[in-house]
Amino acid sequence: MSYTSVVCIKQVPDTAKVTGKAMKEDGTINRAALPAIFNPEDTNALEAALSVKERFGGKVIAITMGLPAAQAILREALYRGVDEVYLVTDRKAAGSDTLATSYILSKAVERFSPDLVFCGRQAIDGDTAQTGPQIAEKLGMPAVTYLESIDFKDGRALVQRDIGTGVETDLVELPALFTVTEKFGELRPADVRLVMKYKNYEPNTLSCDDIACDASRCGFAGSPTSVNKIESVVLAGKGFKSIEPKIDAIEALVKELRDEHTIG
Amino acid sequence: MSNFYRDNPEIKKTIEALDLTEVASLLEDGFTSESDIAPRSAEEALDNYFRALDIAGDITGNRIAPTAEETDRVGNILNEDGTVTYTPGIALAMKLFAQAGLLGIQIPHRFGGLNMPCTVMSAVNDMVSRADASLMNMVGLQGIADTINMFADEDIKKEYVPKLVSGEYSGAMVLTEPDAGSDLQSVKTIGYQDENGNWYVNGVKRFITNGCGEVLLVLARTEPDSSDGRGLSCLLVQNGPQVKVRRLEHKLGINGSPTCELVFDNAPAKLIGQRKRGLITYVMALMNGARVGIAAQGTGIGEAAYRAAREYAASRKQFGVTIDNFPAIRELLVDMAVDVQASRALAYYCSKCVDMENGLTQKFEKVKGTPEAPSVRERMKKYAAFNKMITPMAKYFGSEMSMRVSSAAVSVLGGSGYMKDYPVERYYRDARITTIYEGTSQLQVVAAIAGVMGQMTADVIEDILGAGWSDHHPRMKALLADLDETIQFVKTKDKQYHDLSARRLVDAAVTLIITALLVKIDVKPKLEHWLHTRFPQAHAGLLIVRGGHDDAVAKFEEIAPMPVEE
Repeated sequence: MSYTSVVCIKQVPDTAKVTGKAMKEDGTINRAALPAIFNPEDTNALEAALSVKERFGGKVIAITMGLPAAQAILREALYRGVDEVYLVTDRKAAGSDTLATSYILSKAVERFSPDLVFCGRQAIDGDTAQTGPQIAEKLGMPAVTYLESIDFKDGRALVQRDIGTGVETDLVELPALFTVTEKFGELRPADVRLVMKYKNYEPNTLSCDDIACDASRCGFAGSPTSVNKIESVVLAGKGFKSIEPKIDAIEALVKELRDEHTIG
Repeated sequence: MSNFYRDNPEIKKTIEALDLTEVASLLEDGFTSESDIAPRSAEEALDNYFRALDIAGDITGNRIAPTAEETDRVGNILNEDGTVTYTPGIALAMKLFAQAGLLGIQIPHRFGGLNMPCTVMSAVNDMVSRADASLMNMVGLQGIADTINMFADEDIKKEYVPKLVSGEYSGAMVLTEPDAGSDLQSVKTIGYQDENGNWYVNGVKRFITNGCGEVLLVLARTEPDSSDGRGLSCLLVQNGPQVKVRRLEHKLGINGSPTCELVFDNAPAKLIGQRKRGLITYVMALMNGARVGIAAQGTGIGEAAYRAAREYAASRKQFGVTIDNFPAIRELLVDMAVDVQASRALAYYCSKCVDMENGLTQKFEKVKGTPEAPSVRERMKKYAAFNKMITPMAKYFGSEMSMRVSSAAVSVLGGSGYMKDYPVERYYRDARITTIYEGTSQLQVVAAIAGVMGQMTADVIEDILGAGWSDHHPRMKALLADLDETIQFVKTKDKQYHDLSARRLVDAAVTLIITALLVKIDVKPKLEHWLHTRFPQAHAGLLIVRGGHDDAVAKFEEIAPMPVEE
């Protein structure tokens, strides 16, 4: 049994290299001052797709939505053994929030009728972790977050996901979407032979019309999110509370933490 | 963590100065290949070379270097069933190199290789050795694929080369025996044919790097009546039930490289190339390739040691200041930096000469009988002659340099350098093998001296700097004249004195060739330091030779008598 996988990847500013020049006066990102990189967890998603192809056969398609400069990460994907790449680029897509982005990407993904869709858990520029699950929702697929490993059993995916306190094992109907973190494993190195083959490759581009998007759901028009303000919040401990080491006192503390939504 | 190509601009600078344009054109047969990955111009080929180095720099710096300490500590494991389990770091590294296509750097495109020059291979070995010297012995074993590709029959090539490139198989060069080390002519392992013409191998081999690999190129005696190198052939044995790893050696360094003792019990084999040419042609070619690899290995160990020492000296405070303020420490560090650059220059230039010889040999086969043939043949012979001298020189200089520099690094770190908390003691231990295997330093001198006595040094300098160089470089001109005069003096003496003088003559010639390269690469402050410190030493060595002092030979028993037990 072989599988067709689509991997959604994103080019992001390297937030680890933020300097004072990172933001323009109007509050938008100064892309010239920040190197653009392959979103880290998308590299893990790509490795997940490539490992499935390596073990079971099939093909891997990488899609990104962005400016033409995002071709760079599509070529990086080709260097690792991806079969096809597509750049969704369109002025109508400008200003998309996660709702509009997941709509556009879902329309692109749909074209390839994949068995498996892989996304990074979240992108380091927005850190929302929303786009992957929203694509799954729109395609009517199960969304499996925090993927750690994947295998197959009786036509279903047998996966392990990181639930923070341990590992959960699930059997998932296909097609399904998976979001991946670094726990899946590091992306393989570029293959020099593929670099030689694809270094000048121009990826196929898709416009919103090509993938039959409703313009009112794309870009600014399709994005209800607006950023009110950004502030730097520094969390600091303020005092402490001591309680008697007795059941009643502990129960009271747990109730208080729960009521204040500190836990639960 | 760091990309070992990007953080070391000397690698690119050295390769650019050597100009691989013609090498690329020869390798790609004038850019006529039909392969969809083959470059279409020299410019594109060079771009590919640098991209390959960038990927190798990423793997070595970011993925492998962090594993080197553990690899050194845990070593490989010989299992009860005779199989060997690699250290996690070595296993990971080999997987990454296979994925990157870097296990077939010099293999043609048709077998999945990169068809890149030896110079690229050496730069990769340089970075690999900086990350983990022991890994170079594994990555460098792609020489097995090169040897099969160069000399074996087409069906053997097709069966083995692609699998060695993909990493499905790994190989080993199986030469050394308990009684045949430096003297390989005395190999005793037997290769014989049954009545159907099938080959088998019987015997014991030791000190075999990666002897647990799948593809073993075995040097064996196939002519029972012979006793010298002309009776030896090269046989390919695929590892199986008739081959047993009897033990793994416990070594001073390069612990990631499994060093095996192998027993062959009527193991089925295939003949590589022609009978009787095993040692004199195939193994010599394989070993020359391995020597170039060690020149790069020494360079990489030196690079790692220099960097560790430089960083430590900038942070370690004594007497109220960081120790890199003290002239004695500064001199150690400057000597190290220049030594590493010198070694890199010679190793890469040597690799380029190998590339020129290989490329021109291939071209000569194609232009035979045309008006172009005589000039191609002449240049092919020139580089072949260069290689006989420069390969041992590069191996000799690179390996001795790695000992000097790693020892100096321990000195800079002082007590801390002697402890396992810092990597320099590992560099020091790893460096120690480089002057021994694939021919000791003493044997490299023996191999290089004929070219030096034949006054080839001037031809090499001219190859690097062009005719008329001596008008611009009076100090080099003077040292060359001193060398020539000393050569004439030695020619009047006996064989013993020739052998005794060889090292100092080779040292002077190496000093001159490296100087030409440092001029070419344009590393001015380093060149100046080299001239001021190494030239007086070279002249002094020649002065000693012309002094005619031969006590080391003539009064050996008087000065160094056998200790007598009371």
